[in-house]
Amino acid sequence: MKKLVLVSLLGVTLAASAAALKTDPAKSTVSATFKQMNVPVDAKFKKFTANIDYDAAKPDTAKATVEVDTASLDLGEADMNKEVAKKDWFNAAQFPKATFVSSAIKSAGAGKLNVTGKLTIKGKATDVTFPLTVKAEGGHQVFDGALPIKRLAYNIGEGEWKDTSMVADEVTIKFHVVAQ
Amino acid sequence: MQRYTKPAMLLHWLMAILIVAAFFLGLTMTAIHGITPTKLKYYSWHKWMGVTVLLLAVIRVLWRKANRPPPPVPGPAWQHKAADAVHYLLYFLIFAVPVVGYLYTYAAGVPVVYLGLWQMPAPFDPNPDWKQPLSELHEILAWAMAVIVSAHVLAALKHHFIDRDDVLKRMLPKF
Repeated sequence: MKKLVLVSLLGVTLAASAAALKTDPAKSTVSATFKQMNVPVDAKFKKFTANIDYDAAKPDTAKATVEVDTASLDLGEADMNKEVAKKDWFNAAQFPKATFVSSAIKSAGAGKLNVTGKLTIKGKATDVTFPLTVKAEGGHQVFDGALPIKRLAYNIGEGEWKDTSMVADEVTIKFHVVAQ
Repeated sequence: MQRYTKPAMLLHWLMAILIVAAFFLGLTMTAIHGITPTKLKYYSWHKWMGVTVLLLAVIRVLWRKANRPPPPVPGPAWQHKAADAVHYLLYFLIFAVPVVGYLYTYAAGVPVVYLGLWQMPAPFDPNPDWKQPLSELHEILAWAMAVIVSAHVLAALKHHFIDRDDVLKRMLPKF
């Protein structure tokens, strides 16, 4: 029985490693862009993990998961960083992670992929689809994607922060993943 | 008595209101703890006021170049010198305070979107190292301006109520 488990575990590992890429966190970014009283804000998540299984020869078998530490969003100001971790925003104490898990990735022409999956922020899960581009660059695969969301759909910004004339409802999550 | 021109008066009083309002708004907004919608709103308004002051300052200098101000009211030479010094400092500060504030917000990577409509040009890429020094310089210059403006106001009131001369009246429209 033990042997069987070990063998099957090994089998899973081998199957996954066939296309699993190693992400370079120093070169990869996950950011959120939005407007605050029409002022563009571009903030990066300092802590995240992105795992992508991708084989250029079989793009339709690709898989992707991204997990960000919600408390790690850097808005360039310590006070702001503290604020977005609070209950009204990410509620990072209760929901420390926001995740995206792909359910289907379809090739959409050369270097283009259509990604469908589940986006979970602050305990709210929704199905989303967004385009992702991939290109080979110096032995790396570079993935770029932009996922527009509405922050209020995930209760990001409660109470007095619901006011979209203050912080716009539209937020774009941008992925830039460099992997090998 | 020769008064200042109407546009010169309008520019003077408009800027006076904006500068005083922006100064007290600056004190109020920086005293708000943490981040609140009100604080963010005040910061935006403060920046819009600053940009407006800067635009009016440009117009004002051009107007002054093209239109001579009335001759000085007779008085002791030291008072004329002191008045000149205060006026030159005020002209310097109506540019310096908003310009340094502008540089500060761009160092912080937060562009000014004037009246929520027009994004103002970035003089350089965001640079966190410059945030602190520019913020402090903006504050020091604003306080310097508060002192100079106070001297300016007190002198005008002294001339009007104690000396009973035309110094203040020249800047007031005929009622």
